[in-house]
Amino acid sequence: MQYPGQGVRGWLHAVLRGWFARIHGINQKYATPRIHMSPGVRFALLFLRLYLVFLVLLLAYKFWTLVR
Amino acid sequence: MDIAANLFYRYRRFVKVLRIYLLLAGPGLIVMLADNDAGGITTYTVTGAKYGYNLIWFLLLLLPVAYVVQEMTVRLGAVTKRGHAEAIFDAFGPFWGWFSFLDLALVNWLTLITEFIGMTAAMSIFDIPPFLTVIVVSVVMMLMVLQGRYWTWEKIAIFFAVLNLIYIPAAFLVHPSVGEVLAHGLVPNLPGGFNGTLFFFLMANIGTTIAPWMIFFQQSAVVDKGMKEKDIPWGQMDTLIGSAFTVIVAVFLVVVTGTVLYGMNIESAAQAALMLREIDPWLGTLIAIGLFDAGFLGAICISLASSWAFGEVFGWAHSLNLRIREAPWFYACYLLALVTAGGVVLIPGAPLILITLFVQVIAVTLLPAALVFLILLLNNEEVMREYRNTFLQNVAGIAIVGAIIVLSTLYGISTLFPGFIG
Repeated sequence: MQYPGQGVRGWLHAVLRGWFARIHGINQKYATPRIHMSPGVRFALLFLRLYLVFLVLLLAYKFWTLVR
Repeated sequence: MDIAANLFYRYRRFVKVLRIYLLLAGPGLIVMLADNDAGGITTYTVTGAKYGYNLIWFLLLLLPVAYVVQEMTVRLGAVTKRGHAEAIFDAFGPFWGWFSFLDLALVNWLTLITEFIGMTAAMSIFDIPPFLTVIVVSVVMMLMVLQGRYWTWEKIAIFFAVLNLIYIPAAFLVHPSVGEVLAHGLVPNLPGGFNGTLFFFLMANIGTTIAPWMIFFQQSAVVDKGMKEKDIPWGQMDTLIGSAFTVIVAVFLVVVTGTVLYGMNIESAAQAALMLREIDPWLGTLIAIGLFDAGFLGAICISLASSWAFGEVFGWAHSLNLRIREAPWFYACYLLALVTAGGVVLIPGAPLILITLFVQVIAVTLLPAALVFLILLLNNEEVMREYRNTFLQNVAGIAIVGAIIVLSTLYGISTLFPGFIG
């Protein structure tokens, strides 16, 4: 197999490029959500986003209290 | 004569139904009994020691909860022929897909560590060193999947699932007073009044009943087994029987510790097994075997749930019906999860208690999303057609999912901030 560089660095570069390409491919494949975006679905997704933000803030607060 | 003929006809019919069930049984039974994993067994052990028989009524309430959630995965898997990870990517796009997938991978790996903690602790009771337990378990688990047939794997897994019923004879060994079990256990009551500790225990029992990996595992197992729409009633029956067994096991374990260890300060199932061994060697041995089996069963399901999810998302071949050369990445994921999780347990001074607590917090981040997606996908008329949720199923599903989200969030917060509730 041909790598752009030589040795471990070149191999790592090729592996990372391969993974990024694969992830990009997955993102492209599922770019358009197939579920019908009814008001109920929109509300549920909004709720989940807010819930996630709440949990992240909670974990950040816990981390801050531990560091402090 | 008519009565004899009628009885014979009913017998033949029962045998026929049983045969079909045994052929189609699997994902529901395995996932529900694996639900009583090492963490679950510890929770029930401590609950019995702390509150005696008084919370048995609450465990019985968890039967419909577990059934309603897991039954939806049967329909979704049988109709869409895809696992939950792939279904989320397809329906909700890359953001929710990656979030669910990465969160699942992390939660599963951490939970796998807790299963190894349970197994090594159980085997330590028989003076078997942890490194030997980890190596033997990993080898056996690899051999289970490498034989190249889902059917064979499933039957071996069912054997270990049935071994989970070991707590039933254990309960008979302690000779509980049936009258007291019924009087204290079946009448809803809150021992000591409602307070923070009781609330924590109730939430812990809910947390062990519904876990994110169960949703992903059962849906992928239904797909790998090749179940079709016509098999849905059998899958539902399988899940119902599994739900009943999971609650029965929990109740019998609570009866064991509620009878013998009531009022004692118990912190783990392994500690309870050691104490019970001093009272009755057979009893302690049964509890230790049960703990090992629970960890083993949990480990085989969790590691498979992750491998299936990786295969679905990255488009790799992912089936237990494939040989190692046909699905190398699928088996590599499985092996990697086992080796790394088992390895963590062997690291001297590894923060295992912190990991156990962390699992509960991280699981809270994934569970609501997985459950909400489940409800939304089951209401997707275009895909689910006549198998979509009915009005009553939605009422039950939404009520249960809503309650689980609130309670599991409070559980996560009280794990992060002890003393938050009461």
